[in-house]
Parts: sequence; C-alpha cells; structure tokens
Amino acid sequence: MTWTDPLTLIRHGWARHKDTEGPIRRVVSNLPFEDLKKRDQPNRQYEGNGIKTNKYRLWSFIPMNLFEQFHRMANLYFMGLAILNFVPMVNAFQPEVALIPICIILALTAVKDGWEDFRRYQADQQLNNMPCFIFSRKQMCFVERRWKDVRVGDFVRVLSNQIIPADILLLHTSDPNGVCHMETANLDGETSLNQRKVLPGFSTLGEPFQPQTFDSTVVCENPNNNLNLFKGYLERPDKRRTGFGIDSLLLRGCTVRNTDEAAGIVVYAGHETKSMLNNSGPRCKRSKIERKMNTDVLFCVVLLFFMCLIAALGHTIWLETFDSEPPYIVPDSNGNYTPSVLAGFYMFLTMIILLQIMIPVSLYVSIELVKMGQIYFITQDLELYDEELDTRVQCRSLNITEDLGQIQYVFSDKTGTLTQNKMVFRRCTIMGTEYSHAENAARLAVLNGANEEEEVTIYQQTKLPPLFPLDELQDTQDKNHTNPQVTAANLRRSKATAGAQGDMAFSSPLETVVVPDWKLKLEVDHQTGPYLDFFLSLAICNTVVVSTVTSQRQRVTGRRNSSYSSSSFSSMRDWFRKRSVQKVFTCMKFSRRTDEKLADPFVIDDDDPDILHIPRVSDTTEDHPYFISRKVTSNKGKHSPADSEEVCYEAHSPDEAALIHAAKAYGFTMVERTPHHVTVKLPNDVLMKFEVLDVLTFDSTRRRMSIIVRHPDTNEIIMYTKGADSAIMERLRDVFSDMSQPDKQIAVKTQKDLDMYAEDGLRTLCFAKKVIGEDEYRAWSAIRQEALSAIDEKEERLMDSANCIENNFSLLGATGIEDRLQENVPESIQALRRAGMQVWVLTGDKAETAINIAYSCKLLDNEDLVVTFTTMKKSVCKMRLEDTLGEARRSAGMNSQFRGHNATFTGSSVEPSIGLVIDGPTLSMAMSDELVDQFVELCKHCRAVLCCRVTPLQKSDVVKLIRHKLRVMTLAIGDGANDVNMIQAADVGIGVSGQEGMQAVMASDFAITRFKHLQRLLLVHGHWCYSRLANMVIYFFYKNVAYVNLLFWYQFFCGFSATAMIDYWLMIFFNLFFTSAPPIMFGIMDKEVSDSTLLSLPELYRRGQHTEGYRRSTFWIAILDAFYQSLVCFFIPYWTYNGSDIGIFSFGTPMNTISLFTIILHLAIEIKSWTVVHWAIMIGSVVMYFIVTLAYSAICISCNPPSDPYWIMHKQMADPMFYLVCILTTVVALLPRYTFHVLKGTLAPSSHLRARQLERLPPSLLPGAEDQRGAWPRRHVRVLLTRVPETHKNSAP
Amino acid sequence: MMASSYNAKDEDGHHPGSVGSGGPGAVKSRKPDNTAFKQQRLPAWQPILTAGTVLPAFFTIGLVFIPIGIGLFVTSNNIKEFEIDYTGVDKSSPCFHCSHNYSWNSTSACTCSVPFTLEQSFESNVFMYYGLSNFYQNHRRYVKSRDDSQLNGDKSSLVNPSKECEPYRKSDEKAIAPCGAIANSLFNDTLELFYIHPNGNRTPIHLVKTGIAWWTDKHVKFRNPGGHDKNLSVAFQETSKPVNWLKPVYELDPTDPDNNGFINEDFIVWMRTAALPTFRKLFRIIQKKKDSNTPTLQPGNYTLEVTYNYPVRSFDGRKRMILSTISWMGGKNPFLGIAYMTVGAVCFFLGVVLLIIHHKYGNRNNNADIPN
Repeated sequence: MTWTDPLTLIRHGWARHKDTEGPIRRVVSNLPFEDLKKRDQPNRQYEGNGIKTNKYRLWSFIPMNLFEQFHRMANLYFMGLAILNFVPMVNAFQPEVALIPICIILALTAVKDGWEDFRRYQADQQLNNMPCFIFSRKQMCFVERRWKDVRVGDFVRVLSNQIIPADILLLHTSDPNGVCHMETANLDGETSLNQRKVLPGFSTLGEPFQPQTFDSTVVCENPNNNLNLFKGYLERPDKRRTGFGIDSLLLRGCTVRNTDEAAGIVVYAGHETKSMLNNSGPRCKRSKIERKMNTDVLFCVVLLFFMCLIAALGHTIWLETFDSEPPYIVPDSNGNYTPSVLAGFYMFLTMIILLQIMIPVSLYVSIELVKMGQIYFITQDLELYDEELDTRVQCRSLNITEDLGQIQYVFSDKTGTLTQNKMVFRRCTIMGTEYSHAENAARLAVLNGANEEEEVTIYQQTKLPPLFPLDELQDTQDKNHTNPQVTAANLRRSKATAGAQGDMAFSSPLETVVVPDWKLKLEVDHQTGPYLDFFLSLAICNTVVVSTVTSQRQRVTGRRNSSYSSSSFSSMRDWFRKRSVQKVFTCMKFSRRTDEKLADPFVIDDDDPDILHIPRVSDTTEDHPYFISRKVTSNKGKHSPADSEEVCYEAHSPDEAALIHAAKAYGFTMVERTPHHVTVKLPNDVLMKFEVLDVLTFDSTRRRMSIIVRHPDTNEIIMYTKGADSAIMERLRDVFSDMSQPDKQIAVKTQKDLDMYAEDGLRTLCFAKKVIGEDEYRAWSAIRQEALSAIDEKEERLMDSANCIENNFSLLGATGIEDRLQENVPESIQALRRAGMQVWVLTGDKAETAINIAYSCKLLDNEDLVVTFTTMKKSVCKMRLEDTLGEARRSAGMNSQFRGHNATFTGSSVEPSIGLVIDGPTLSMAMSDELVDQFVELCKHCRAVLCCRVTPLQKSDVVKLIRHKLRVMTLAIGDGANDVNMIQAADVGIGVSGQEGMQAVMASDFAITRFKHLQRLLLVHGHWCYSRLANMVIYFFYKNVAYVNLLFWYQFFCGFSATAMIDYWLMIFFNLFFTSAPPIMFGIMDKEVSDSTLLSLPELYRRGQHTEGYRRSTFWIAILDAFYQSLVCFFIPYWTYNGSDIGIFSFGTPMNTISLFTIILHLAIEIKSWTVVHWAIMIGSVVMYFIVTLAYSAICISCNPPSDPYWIMHKQMADPMFYLVCILTTVVALLPRYTFHVLKGTLAPSSHLRARQLERLPPSLLPGAEDQRGAWPRRHVRVLLTRVPETHKNSAP
Repeated sequence: MMASSYNAKDEDGHHPGSVGSGGPGAVKSRKPDNTAFKQQRLPAWQPILTAGTVLPAFFTIGLVFIPIGIGLFVTSNNIKEFEIDYTGVDKSSPCFHCSHNYSWNSTSACTCSVPFTLEQSFESNVFMYYGLSNFYQNHRRYVKSRDDSQLNGDKSSLVNPSKECEPYRKSDEKAIAPCGAIANSLFNDTLELFYIHPNGNRTPIHLVKTGIAWWTDKHVKFRNPGGHDKNLSVAFQETSKPVNWLKPVYELDPTDPDNNGFINEDFIVWMRTAALPTFRKLFRIIQKKKDSNTPTLQPGNYTLEVTYNYPVRSFDGRKRMILSTISWMGGKNPFLGIAYMTVGAVCFFLGVVLLIIHHKYGNRNNNADIPN
C-alpha cells in the first residue's frame, strides 16, 4: 500500500510554508513570555512536543481510510463494477447485493488499518504523557510536566537514566567537566555511550543552572534527519557568537547515563526532532512474483474481455433469431424492446459485472494475509534467534518474503558481515621491530577450537581428577598439556556468559584479554621513548569512554553489569553441580579456580600463578624471571582506581576497543577521560594526566584521527595520530629533506610488516606522533575555532583545518588487528553457492586482506585462478579485461563440451573457477560505458568476485549494474552505515545487526544477527515462502477462473442473458468463506521439503531462482485446467438434468457443491504435507459450506427475490442423484491433474519429489542425515542433480 | 526506551508485547516459543503421488463406479416414458390450425385432439408433463420479473408490487396480481387424456392436479393474501389480472379453494423457472389404481385433448406432452449410468497402465535412492 499520509502532506506543506522565512531557526527562551497568550509567544511557529503518528482521528477515520483504500486499482475496479450494477440497463444482480464483496474487503482492511492506527495512538499517548521537568518562571524551579507540554524554547532538566523528551541544546550538567553521557541505543541500537558537551561558556562549575538569566538567541539549522550533524551558534545580546555542533545536542529518545542531571533549551520538539524525522515507515517493495502476477492479472482481464465479447455477440445474434418477441423477453418499463445491437452492448457490461471475480479481488488481500503469516513463522524461527543479543530475525519489509527464495546474486560486505567485527589485537611493529605475539595467537587458536568443543572439553576435564593437583598446576610438565583446554573452556564459558548478558560493547574476554609479547614487555619495562609513545598513543588516541562498575549505567534490559562476575561464577558452579556427585570435590576445586579467574577478567594480573599465561610461556618463564616477578611486584599494594574498581571501556569501534585493551595489557591503562583531560596509568603505577587540547575525530576521507595533548611533564604539545597506512605514510616527515636515515629505515620496515599483516588478513593501523610548537599550535587553534563556529561549509573548513596540522609525522609503529570470521561462514557460503547463488564480496579493505578472508571463508579455492585487477590506466584495464574474458570463454566452452559428453553429471565443480579481484579505482573504470559489457560478461564467468577498496557508492553501483544488466535477483547484506546504499539498491537488503550500529538494519528489508542465518533464511524460509506463495497465487487464479467459467458456460443455455444459476449470496460466500481459508493456509503452512533437507541439499533452491514455481506456462496450465474443470463441472450436471423439470437454482446448487469439492480437492492434491491445521481447515470449509447453505436455504423464503433459495438445498440433498452427480463430476474433473501428478512423480520426478522420497528413508540408510547440516552422501545429491534439467543451469543469466 | 523506537518495532509488527514493554525490568526474552506449531514441526502426513501409492485408489474407483453405472443404467432403462409433440407445426398435425390461428389476444379457445398409441403398459404412478422447447425461462430479466413477497401473501406487495415486475406491474392503474413476466406467460394449455377402448369407447383418465408442486412452495412460500378463509375474489379485488391471462388468479381453479389463487399448483410449478431452454414441467399425476392388478395405463390407443391456448410460434418453440413413470433417480436419463461406467472403466484402465508403469519404473526409482 503506497500512499502518503495526507496529514503528513498537509503538515509538511505547513512546515514548508513556515520555513520560508529562511533556512535557519531562531529560538529564544520562553521564560520572559510565559504568561503571554499563544499567539504572542516568540517560538509559536515551532511544533510542540506532542507527537501524533496515528493517521486518523475518530471522526475522520472512515472517509480518510476509504480515500486511501481507493488508491488501489483493484478496489477501484470493484467499486466501479458495483456502481455499474446500479445502472438498470446492465445490472446483473440486485445493486445492493453487488456492493457486499467490496464492502467486506474494504471493511476488513479498514479494521486492520484502524487497529494498527489505534496501537500507534496508544503508543503516542504513552509517550506524550511521560513525565519531564520544565523550568517555570513562576515557581523559579523545574516543575514536573508531561512530554507533550514541552515547547521549543523551554528549559528542560533530565536526570540520570531518564529519557530525553526533545532535542535539547545542552547548557548545564552536574558533571564538573561539563559533559553528559547518553545512550543512543533507542536511536541506532548502539550500546556505547555518547558524550555530549555543555555549550562553551555555560559550564560554570558547581553553580546551579539559572535559566531565567538566559538571554541569548539560539540560531540553528532547520530540522533534518541527520543524526550526526547539527550546527548553529548562540547569539548573545552583544552579538557575540558561540558555535556548537552535534556534540552539544541531546537527542530525543536517548537515555542520559552516568550524569546525575543535565539541562538545556529545547530547540526541536515533537515531530521535528531528529529521531522522529528518522522514523520512516515500513518499506514497501514490490516482489518479483507480484510484478509477474500483475501481468497475469492483465491476462485475466483480456480473457474476461473476450468472454464478455463472446456473450455480447451471442446475445445479439440470439436476439436476431426471433421474428417477433417471445414472451420470455421482457420489455423495458415502457413496453419497448431494446434493439438487439444495443442489448448486446448492455450485455457486455452486464457480463463484466457477472464475471468480475475472474479478476481475483481477494487475491491481494489473501497475499497480504499470507505474507503476514509467513513473516510470523520466519520471526518465530528458533534457529534464527540470537541468544546473545536476544534478537529474532526482523522482517522490516512486509511484502517481499518470497523474493528470498529467488536470489541469484549475493553481495556481501566483509567486515562485520562475514567477520565478527570483534577485533582482536594480534601483532604490532614498533620502530621497525616486529612483535609477533605468538602466545596471543596460541591463545586465540585455542579459543577458536573451544568454540566447537567446549562441552566435550569440560566434560573430559571433570573426568580427570588426578590430573589436577591444584597447587602443583604449573609445576608438572605433562599437566600443562591439559591446561590450554581448561583455560579455553573457562574462557569460552565466561565469554558465553558475558555475551548472554550483552552488556558491554566490545568487551568479551576474547577481545579484552591480550597476552603480551614478552620481548615487547621487556622493552616497555625499560621505558624507552618511542615505546612509551606508541602505547600512549594506543591508550589515548581514541574516543573510548571509561565507565566504572559503580557508576555503571543500568541497561534498559534490566540486567546489571555489576552482576557480571558473580553471576558467571554462580552459573558456572551450577553447571558443575549438575555433574555427577562423585566428582563434586574436584569440580568445586575447579570452579574455585574459575572464580578467581573470572573475578576480574579485565586485569591480567594475579598473585596466584597465572593459569592463563604461565602454561604457555612456561618454556620461557625460567629464562625470564623478571616477567613474573615484575607482575608480582606491580600487583602489590595496588590501590589505584583502576584496580580497586573494574574499568569498563565504551568504545565506538571495535578497533579502538582492541587497541586500548592491548595497551592495558602492557600496563598502559587509560583510567579516565573527560573532554579536557585524559588520565593514563603507566606500568610503574604513575598516573599521567594529559590535558586534551583538541580531538580531530575520524572521518572516512582523512581516514585518521588525532588527539592533541599537552604532556604533563614536559609541557610539550604533542599530537598522536592513528590511521590507515596510506593516510599516515604519505604524511611522514619529508623523506628528502630532513628525514634521517633511521627514520627512513623504520618507515620501510614498517611498510614491509604492514604488507605482511595485510597478507595475513589483519587490519592495519599506523601510529604517528608529532610535536607541535606553541606558536604553531596557537595559530592553528585560531583557524580551528573559526571553523568550529562556522555554520556554512563547516565540514570542509574543519577538514581543512585538520589537514593543515596533520603532517610531518614521525612514525611510531603499526598494529595488526584480526577480525575473526563469524561461525559457519565458510559453510554458509558454500551452501549458498551450491544453491546456485553467486557470492560477491564488496569491501573497503585492502585487496590482500580481502583475498585472505576470501580464502578462509572458502569463497576462493586453492585451485581457483585468481585474477587481480589493480591498475590506474584505463587501457591496461581494457586489455586485461579482454584477455581474461577470452580465457574465461575458452574454459567455459571446454566445460560445456565436457558437460555435453557427460550429461549425467553436472555438479558445480565443473563451473569455471575464476576468482576476480578488483579494486575501487579499477572498478570505476571497468564500469565505464565502453567496458561495462565486457566486465559484466567476465563476471558471469567468475566463480567469485571480490571488490576491494570500494566506496559505499560504488557498492551500490555494482549492485545496480548487475541487477539491471543481468536482470537477476540480487541480495545485499551488510552491517554498517557504508552498506546502506548497497542494501537499498538490491532487490533484497539484509542488515546484520552487529557491532556497528543500526543504520544498515534500518535500511534493510530483513535484519539478522549472524551471516550464517542467511543460509537458513534463504534456503529454508526463502524457498518455502517462494513455493508457498507461487503455488497459492497460481491456485487463486485457477480457483477464480474455474468458478467463473461455470457461469460463462451457462450463458450458452440462457440466451447469453447473464443469468447466474447460483444464488448470488452463495456466490459471495463461496469466495469469502468456503474457499478462502484453505489457500491462505496453503500459502502460509505448506511444506514440500523439510528444512533439514533443504539445508543439506541447497541445490533444491535453484527452483526458485529459475522461477520454476511460477512461470507463465504454469499460469496457463492452471488456466487450462480451470477451463477443463469448469467444463466438466458444468456439463456433467447439464447432461444429467437436461430435459428434466429442474429449476434454475436447483440446477446451480449441485454445480456449486461440485465446484467446492473440486476446488478443495484440487488443493488437496497440491498440498504436500497435511498437518492438523490442514485437516481442520479443509474439512471445516466443506462442513461450513453445507451448514451455511442449508441454513440459508431454510431461512430465506423470499429475501433474495429472483433466486428463491428456499428449501432448494434440502430438496437436493434428499435426492440420491445429487450425490451421484457430485461424486462423478469431482472424480472426472480431478482425474487429469491427479494422473498427471502421478505419472510425473513416477516417470520424471522433480528434484523436490526425490528429496521427499529421501526424507522417507529410514535414518539408518542415510549416513549423516541425523546431522542437520551434514551433507548427504554425494551419491544422493548426484541422483537428485541428474533430475535438475540441464537447461536450467545454462539458462542462468 | 519507547521514545522513538516503537515505530521501528511496529514495522515488523509481530512481536506481541514489544510495544508495551516500557521501562527497565519489564522486558522478557524475545526468544520464540519452541512449539511444534511455531517451529513448523507439526506432525504431518506427506503423501507422495507415485504410481505405487495411488494404484489402490484407481482400482477402487473403477470397481465402485462400474457397478453404480450399471445400476443407474438399468434403473433408467426400466423407466417407461412416452412423449408426443402436439405443437402443430406440420400441416398434417391435428393442432396445425390452432397453432396458426392462435395468439395471446385470442378470446375463443381452440381445441384439437392428438391420438397416440402406447406400446407398453405403465405400471405404478404415471406422471404427466408438458414440455416446452426453446423457451428461455432462464432469461435474466425474465427470471427477475416476479415479486416473491406478493406471492407470499404480503398485502402491501399485492397492491404495490416490486419494480422488478415492470412492465407487467400495473395495468389500468391497478396492480397486477401476480405481477411480472413469469406469471404473465403462464402455460395455459389444458390437456386431457382419454383411453380409446378397442371397441371405440372413450374413457377419460383421471388426472390428479395436486401434489405436483413442492410441499414447501405450496405451504410456505406461496400464500394467498388474507389467509384461507376469505373470499379470494375479495382479497384480489384491488388487483387486475395479468395481461395475457384469460381469467384472474382467483379463478385458476374455482373448484378447489386449496388450489386456487397463488397456491394453485400449476401456477406454482410454472413459477419455478426452468434451468434450461428445453424443459418439462409436471402437469398431472395419474395415480395407480387401488386394485394393483391392472396397470395404470394399459397399452392401447389414447387421445390427448388439447385446449390450445399457448402460442409458441413466435420463438420457434415446441410443445410436448410426456407420460413417464419415475424411479428413485427421477425420470429417464441414461447419461449418468453410461458416464459412471465409462469413468469407472477409464479409472480401471489407468490403474492397469499405472501398474505396468509401477513395475517397470517405480522400482527402479526407489532402488536408485536406497544404498544397500
């Protein structure tokens, strides 16, 4: 339903009108005007804070809803016909009766709309009546009001853990540093805290906020939906201006955390707030089936036209045969007879009315219902539920469920989609020396294994009590072998617990625990300059916020973070208690150990011999006693804040979290961050408090961020920068002039290490430092301030100012961070490819990283020929394109020859195995007009395509290109804001709700939490939805044609006079009640092949890709079958009753009954699996038919004049002939379809049928069948595959 | 937490309770229930249509249908039926003069007598029908042209009939009763049967004129205005007779007050419009004599005396008189019996074909899947 809410339109119209005064909004305090009337208020033209998302009001519901419903063609068509029926010349039924179906459909939709709207209204009311504090001049304090009372210009105070009622410019907080933390989870799902700063000049410490003294004017931009952009300035009475940005704006819907109290002036309220402007309604897409269906509806229209034409001509000719008027031709009220040609024309219109249900009106309503049901079942799927995030799969687009079953191309983002986006610090290189962190790698490898074997491992451990002499744990060499397993189990367990709580961003043990490289540790402890700088930059060059357990924000989910350790401990103990009683002793010992380990997962120091580290460094501990002794000493007498309280980091990006935890592992712990200071605890327990002069935040163009601090000891101004290697390397101190030889060497060595990291699939970041002179800083600071307060081109100016200081770096080092693959990614990708989908990866990463990931997730095979396109020249690009294309064609030709000779076996292994890797600049060349065709053709030949270093725009361009050039169904999956374009460009957009916020989810049609869910979503639900809906649509067409044709055949025996031999009420009931529920149930619940089979045989998915479920031929076969069945249903009763004394409606009753049986049993043939629901609905429909018909014909004596249904049904049911006719006709009508199904099932079974036969086999005969994801024996697959027609594979575009 | 996210939740719309969950602590797990229904794991019967599985169905249908067909065919053949066309199209036909001279406007009756011979004797009750051909009683406008509430005895409808009756609604400012085209075109031939004894004597055969309409029609659906007691001519005094009728409705059967007016059975039978343009309507019943030794109609010569009132030449129609005995399956109609036998035979044949197919291909397919 695509209509725009007229109210919104009007509202927008008003808004536009109001905004003609300029692109800016001026807000002054309301306080001086508090007693004035509304029209004298200075901010009166701005919207209040009450929201109204419901479309209708009580009094306007009916007209407005009708108005909206009549935007639908189908409704208009039926309304038109109903109105036509009021014209006496052409009416087919009593006019009032003809209104019933359309009224029922309108009423149903209206009830649905009304209910949804009422729910919206209730939610609005709930919001509008939430309490908040507004400053009142009369009482001179903040008084409690409701949200809807908030107006622009009001001063509002928000307390900790309260929800912000409107967009508020922050003027005061209780925090001495003038910051306010807010959680934006409601807005974008990000669980991390955002920091907001009080407007400069208002952060008067300790003083209570006095709104009555506020005399400035807030000038800001007009409302827009950009959550990350806000600009404006404060104009004081003396014309002084103070600029502010998004970091001073509290957004409606967010929650204040960690701050006792915050206050400010409301700048946007109600619908004009950023969060409300971001709320777009559900997405409306037309699915492929529906588009196809619409053409078939057109075919029906054509068919209808011809049928009416035949009737009209027939009527004219029939009238011409009479010399004089026979008594059964009724003249009009004046006694005149209509000329036969005119009568024919009238008849045409009448026939349209009579045969109107040829156009399946209820189809659209039914499809909507079916999709609702399908979505219900998708969201109910346990397999797609994510325990950790407590999230189900979300279906945000309501009407493209079946498109999931037809996907041919999958475009995937890499980071966060294929990978976990849980960054793990792996290696680093400092001043040209590489530190491999081998122990850390070993730990991660163990962790990895533990993922799969967790239960087993722990179980084995509990079975080996003698191997745990608690106090000698690290002494005996052979016990150490078991230890990694224990640790792994512990970690895994704690990880699971942490994950289940889901309370901290990027803080699972996996990410937080870093085992230091002992060599580097030594270097650090010597505290040589560059090393210090490197770790300092790691620790402070970020936007991570520290929150401590005591002030830990309370999650909206009601789970408290502080319960972390204890709960994990108790759950751990519970778990062990479940083990056998005899082993309790050892178990308890074991769990005590666990407790110690878990109590403080963030600080890697233990007075006890560390079970985490020691075993794996045990070879070296003897040689390096310093390592342990230092640890021990450093832990003695520690009372620094970091140790007495747990430090929790709230990071914006997982990279930052990984880095700061790495720094912490080496003793550089960031303890506190305020806008002006950052405190770091050094390994020697010295606290260093840096004054933060400026932060140049990260953006994707500069690809680096910097922090400018003043060193507390030396008073130097130092800038630490981190960024992508290219962004840093080219800005190092000039190589030719003053770069010294060692510097150069460092740069070269670091670059070499970076390349190695990239090859390993690690994400690289470079760190650099620059010492800025006092004067230089002052000069730059002036430029910066100007840029900050600018309102026009603020971004550009900020960027320029950043660029102007970020140069002449001296390189410190680089880090390699691993982004681990999500679970089951390789399996999922393989399954998708077996299902015939082409998987592309589009990533912003470097080619080497991308290729590496591609190999590890089985996108590329070792045997594959990988062609890399990285060039700057178009001619080169063209040449390579042609070469590769030639080669691809040759190998494809060979393959097809090969396949020709071995037609029996066509596995996917003979597909051309070319992997194409192309980078961003080359991609834009390849997509230029002259090369695009070759590029697309090459892509068709490729097994996998990897696009690296692509921008978000390019991602969507690629998707659009493939979608339009190859005319295929595309799916895009991604998790970040950079994937939004791509997600919107594809036919189906999938958002992965992961670590990077919710933008992708907001833009998507479906939101999942893991890449592996895609496999089930597509192969199982997509397939089901597709075949269900396709079958249902086909059946609907069949049903209507079969029924309507009965009436048509009768026209040949009633002089084409548009008589219906079936009572009109019964006709309505027939469509509305007797035969509507079964197809809907069929569309929601039919299941041809079980989910486990679909997963183990992804090849079955290909049916949807080639639209085998719903082809034009399927449609026409259904129509032909409908014609045949209607002929049978008409003519067998006809010949039975011909010449007898049967009345019209006695003649129609058996036909109606036969039709019902035929239509229901036709469906019964199509239903593949009969559950209780199926039986109930099918039998219920038949029973209902008889009950309703009997009741109706018993009650209705003269209520429906021409048809006189009175006692007809009873009379018929007392006649044995009725049953004989019904049985015979039903059998004859269904015999062809039944026989066809049987023959096809025996002689040429489809792959689906064979899969069902496989399901029937006892499990003992199917090795691997008990394992849901385990592949079935290749032989079965082959048997199935031979049945997939050859043509389908080749016809894949 | 509701502040702005509820809309996003509304969109998927299928998480009951998600909207109402405001504030911390009120959130329950969104984990779907692990029920067979929600997880689509309901136990299911999954028939697979292959030759092997459906063989019994085909054979059963064949074996059941053929006997039914034979039974129907035999029953139909046992029904005796005699039909005679008295339209008078041919010059030789006795009713030729009537058919040519008569129109709706004629005032004087035209009579003709049609002789015929019955070869077989008719046992049990014999039903006498009149048959019309090419009479489209199912024409849409014709079918509608009646007022059921008038026929149901409704006083107001009597004087103010439904618009559907136009143009047979009023004549001379008086409401027509019964109104409408159906009533107007009431079949009004009178048919009488005489048995011609071999000695030349004519014996009239007693024709029962009640019991020919549905009981419900006669007693529920059709009612005279003003109930039974009243004088019908008074009840109908404000109405006029239909244009084509020779006498008003209350004179349809002056001899029997229970068969007069709207509840006249000939009228009721006519008002039940026929489904097809060639139809018969029950006219009289010749009841079996009490002493069951003699047949109801013995073989021999008969005469059909026709009062020829009903013109059919305008639409090229035919009028017939039909004598028929009936069985449980109604009148004579061999079609259903033949159809049953044919379908049964076809199913049986298909069963045999499938059996062959099953033996040749079915096993092969199954074996291919089953590893030994």
